[in-house]
Amino acid sequence: MNKWEILWNHREMILGGFKSTLVLFGVSAIAAFLLSSLIVLAIRTGRAPFGRVVRGVVDGMRMLPFLIYAYLLYYGLPSLGIRFDAWTAGFIALITYHAAYFAEILRGTWATLSTGQAEAARAHGFTTFMMYRRIILPQLVLRAAPVLGNQVIICLKDTAFLSIITVRELTAAASAVQSQYFIPFEAFIVAIGLYWLTSMLIEALVARLGFAAERKGLGYKLAAVRR
Amino acid sequence: MRNVSKSFAGIEVLREVCLNVAHGQTVSVLGPSGSGKSTLLRCINWLEEPDSGEILIAGVRIGVRADGKTHMPDRELARMRARIGMVFQSFNLWPHLSVIENVTEAPIHVLGMAEDEAIGRAEKLLEKVGIGEKRDAYPYVLSGGQKQRVGIARALAMNPEVILFDEPTSALDPELVGEVLAAMRALAEEGMTMVVVTHEMAFAREVSDEIVFIDQGCVVERQAPEAFFDRPQTARARQFLSRYT
Repeated sequence: MNKWEILWNHREMILGGFKSTLVLFGVSAIAAFLLSSLIVLAIRTGRAPFGRVVRGVVDGMRMLPFLIYAYLLYYGLPSLGIRFDAWTAGFIALITYHAAYFAEILRGTWATLSTGQAEAARAHGFTTFMMYRRIILPQLVLRAAPVLGNQVIICLKDTAFLSIITVRELTAAASAVQSQYFIPFEAFIVAIGLYWLTSMLIEALVARLGFAAERKGLGYKLAAVRR
Repeated sequence: MRNVSKSFAGIEVLREVCLNVAHGQTVSVLGPSGSGKSTLLRCINWLEEPDSGEILIAGVRIGVRADGKTHMPDRELARMRARIGMVFQSFNLWPHLSVIENVTEAPIHVLGMAEDEAIGRAEKLLEKVGIGEKRDAYPYVLSGGQKQRVGIARALAMNPEVILFDEPTSALDPELVGEVLAAMRALAEEGMTMVVVTHEMAFAREVSDEIVFIDQGCVVERQAPEAFFDRPQTARARQFLSRYT
């Protein structure tokens, strides 16, 4: 039997893994973004000790290797009596870890916004939360789109680590097929192709945000030309 | 505004300032750079929190609860600010929103106005300040004078009881100043209550009901415009005015 044929015969397993990867990635990326928006709001407008504590947690998280964090949640916590199944541990790891990175991107971008816009929003009667949601956050997303997109792709690729804590996603599926039939090259090429495809879709989405930003004069290109 | 004082890093910027603006009046605040004019204005809508003193908008104290000590909750402060318009020296338009969206944003999301109604009103206001054709442009393509007129329309869209102007023409090329002043003059004539911090002496003289001259954080003179410009009472005001003639 041809090596590619073997893969074709196991397509359901591989596509099943791919579907799991997409679910893990999609849910985690969206949840991480929402969480990070709240984190940034807490850092910027929270009362004194609270904002600083949140900032410390974010920094601590960013300094942690993702794999060890996933290990810790799945294999480490049971020794403290906290037990998650592999999917739950995977979701928690992806969401909180990438929320920390998203938060750092948004926080840094916020620092570049003029304070006058926020003042104008306050002067026009916006509450802090509404000002953030309507005036600040949309601009953070538009301005930071390329960097956020980069982080989203890293989030996609980090789902592969979850194969090690027994989540049956794409990498786990490819790995299972290759070890059974000794076709590592072909199996991993297929997996890489599927990761690529997803990344390209993400890039296309980011490019659309970039166009929107440029139309409003917020893009990198225009900003460079105007200077 | 009663006995308002404010310091930044130990430097006293306002000292026991009192100011009263009657409904329908235009009051211009004049004074040298660094005299505390902008801080005074920014205390009115609590963008700066005064160290002492009190500010009442139509009889209601802003920024502080009825007990006079604790801060007003965010939501309540926002509701009071919604009744006070403000136009900024550096425009502070929201760059991710088009001109019409800049003008409808607060009425829809703060006042809860229906979208159609907000758009209709915004279009009228943009016509009124003479930039109806820029409706769908984004702020970065506008000239300073156009930006500032959007700023005025944005403030007007909230139907405020008073509008604060913080050096609205100071960031503009001289040839663009006229279009902004014309829009403000029209407002004053309609009976809008306005507090204007400005360096435009001719405008202050022509449009104001009262001139407040401040220096080093103190109100030095308050007079009707003709009296202030023709017969300033203090040496400090005379010295200040001599630079403009």
